[in-house]
Amino acid sequence: MDALVELNGVSKKYEGATALQPTDLDFARGKTTVLIGPSGCGKSTLLRLIIRLLDPDTGTIHFNGAAVTAANISDLRRRIGYVIQDGGLFPHLTARKNILLMANHLKWPAEKMNRRLSELCALTRFPENALNRFPVELSGGQRQRISLMRALMLSPELLLLDEPLGALDPLVRAALQKDLKEIFARLNQTAILVTHDLAEAAYLGDEIVLMSEGKVVQRGTLNDLRAKPESSFVTDFINAQRSLVAL
Amino acid sequence: MKKIFSALLIAVFTASAFAEPILIGSKKFTESYVLAEIAKRSLENAGLTTDHRQGMGGTIILWQALKGEQIALYPEYTGTIAEEILKTPTIDLAEMRRQLATFGVGMTEELGFNNTYALVMRRVAAEQQAIRTISDLRRHPELKFGLTHEFLDRQDGWRPLAEKYQLAPPNVIGIDHGLGYEALRNGSIDVKDAYSTDAKIAENDLVVLEDDLQFFPQYKAVFLYRLSLPANVVTVLRGLEGQLDAKRMIRLNAEAERTKNYTRAAALFFSDAGTTASSNAGESFPHKLRRWTLRHLELAGFSLLLSILVGIPLGIAASRGGIIGQVILGITSAVQTIPSLALLALLVPVPFFGISVRTAIAALFLYGLLPIVRNTATGLQDIEHPLRESAIALGLEPSARLWKIYLPMASRSILGGIKTSAVINIGTATLAALIGAGGLGEPILSGLNLNDHVTILQGAIPAAILALLVQWSFDLLDRLLIPKGLRL
Repeated sequence: MDALVELNGVSKKYEGATALQPTDLDFARGKTTVLIGPSGCGKSTLLRLIIRLLDPDTGTIHFNGAAVTAANISDLRRRIGYVIQDGGLFPHLTARKNILLMANHLKWPAEKMNRRLSELCALTRFPENALNRFPVELSGGQRQRISLMRALMLSPELLLLDEPLGALDPLVRAALQKDLKEIFARLNQTAILVTHDLAEAAYLGDEIVLMSEGKVVQRGTLNDLRAKPESSFVTDFINAQRSLVAL
Repeated sequence: MKKIFSALLIAVFTASAFAEPILIGSKKFTESYVLAEIAKRSLENAGLTTDHRQGMGGTIILWQALKGEQIALYPEYTGTIAEEILKTPTIDLAEMRRQLATFGVGMTEELGFNNTYALVMRRVAAEQQAIRTISDLRRHPELKFGLTHEFLDRQDGWRPLAEKYQLAPPNVIGIDHGLGYEALRNGSIDVKDAYSTDAKIAENDLVVLEDDLQFFPQYKAVFLYRLSLPANVVTVLRGLEGQLDAKRMIRLNAEAERTKNYTRAAALFFSDAGTTASSNAGESFPHKLRRWTLRHLELAGFSLLLSILVGIPLGIAASRGGIIGQVILGITSAVQTIPSLALLALLVPVPFFGISVRTAIAALFLYGLLPIVRNTATGLQDIEHPLRESAIALGLEPSARLWKIYLPMASRSILGGIKTSAVINIGTATLAALIGAGGLGEPILSGLNLNDHVTILQGAIPAAILALLVQWSFDLLDRLLIPKGLRL
């Protein structure tokens, strides 16, 4: 398998408590992998380790075949997009400036920036005339679209999304799920998405990685998990979510 | 920006170096002002350039300034020299002269009058209660004493006096000299300390209580001067020896208080003495106001600029917490607790500072640091964790994160700190007058000293208006400097 990201024996403790047990995991190029599991299972920790907001206690992470180190991380981060639950937009900058922040920093020519901005607006269905608004003047869904554009601006090889739709109401959420799926397909984007919603995982993910207590419990498609659960936790987790839908 | 600033800085710090006038100091009371003006006038009549730094703090500041060659001369009293400066009360004049010489300081012969401390009362009250001497006070423990802070603390002041006369009145308060006369007049106090040549004694119909146990030492007026002064300067000063008796001094003091003009009072000395001298009518009020205000803004402005340039980097360092952060916040807070007069007294003996605008700016700069450091630190610390992480995850280098993200986001808090410092600075800059650095504190101090409300208000009202204007202009500046997205 052609893996873009590989974790070998990566583990992390917070103040003595284990957040991630030694884990081997790889993420396929061009695929969307969903990390799912209950709160505190280590799925967000895993994402933050990949972009090095956390340093692993043990193990190594390879990106595109090269080991991630403190020396090359700044450069690597520019090849990775990162979207978080509340968007992480900077309140003092307009939507446009949030999106163009890195391009400006890297001194892209104006024409190239504008071309890319138009592409992204079309891709994320964001009205170009609203780009001059500040984050507080945008709805939650619009903020996530801006955050996505900012993450995609430099055409990253990898997109990391940490519960990007977690704070949205159901209708907006459904619309964004549909758009995200289309965008990932159109860009052939390698993406890792964290969620605790199994329906969202099944809809967006080529593959699901179910985690619990800092460990990977099982990986596969939803059907694999349903048909061949590797432990009773897998069944319990699936049933818990299905029963909610059944209500 | 940096260039303009350093150019201005150099301009301020060198302005005082031009022409090298002979610097004359004086203490914060009428007689000292007048004596200094007399010296100034005499030296100018001899063709010398002088500058009078009037109304500087107290004995300690003037002595430090003279010792440190910040000033060339100032009027002093033999009693003060013995008690406060040399701290040997029993010393004779020859020994005094010898000890002063070890500091490179010379002393003229007596100018001709003894301005000793005295206790005074309203004449009517004293007569009613048959109080004539200080010993008589023992029979009246109900009397209220209002004494100057200096008198309360002096080696030859209140405590040893009370001991010698066995006085233990229950009501003793500390009060400013000028305000004390007011309190005496309206009956808030009954007894106060005064100088025996004080014009107010006659003016307010007060009596001096006889020092029947001869407690108070002699306070003969002299000039203290740097021994390194050119011979012609010393000759002029010595020309004043024996020229002023007590009666004449009282008259000059009264003239100074009546006209609110020390130059004019000093001129009276020369016209009395038959010297041909044209009286300097003094500057007009608008001109003086302009001079005070400009100096005030200069003091407050430069110190604020320094506080900003130093305070923001310190605040950034402090925002990272840890021991360094605690040390920075601890020290800047501690500076805030030093009383202004004490801070000035600490800075005056330091060679670079001395009696100058620099010292005032340095003191104001230190007082202005804390609000800026603290607000910068809290502004940065208040940035939410996810936003910090977003900036890191984007791949911005640490310096770009600071300049493009963190500082703009903390701008409201930082500007708030700067605004607080600016307003505090405008208020505190009045203390510059204590070391003769001018500003709106000048009329406030001399008004306090003359017990003249109008003069006090001439400084206090413009200072209050300035503070308001500064507040308003910062509100406008907020709109320019705080990003719109943070104001919505």
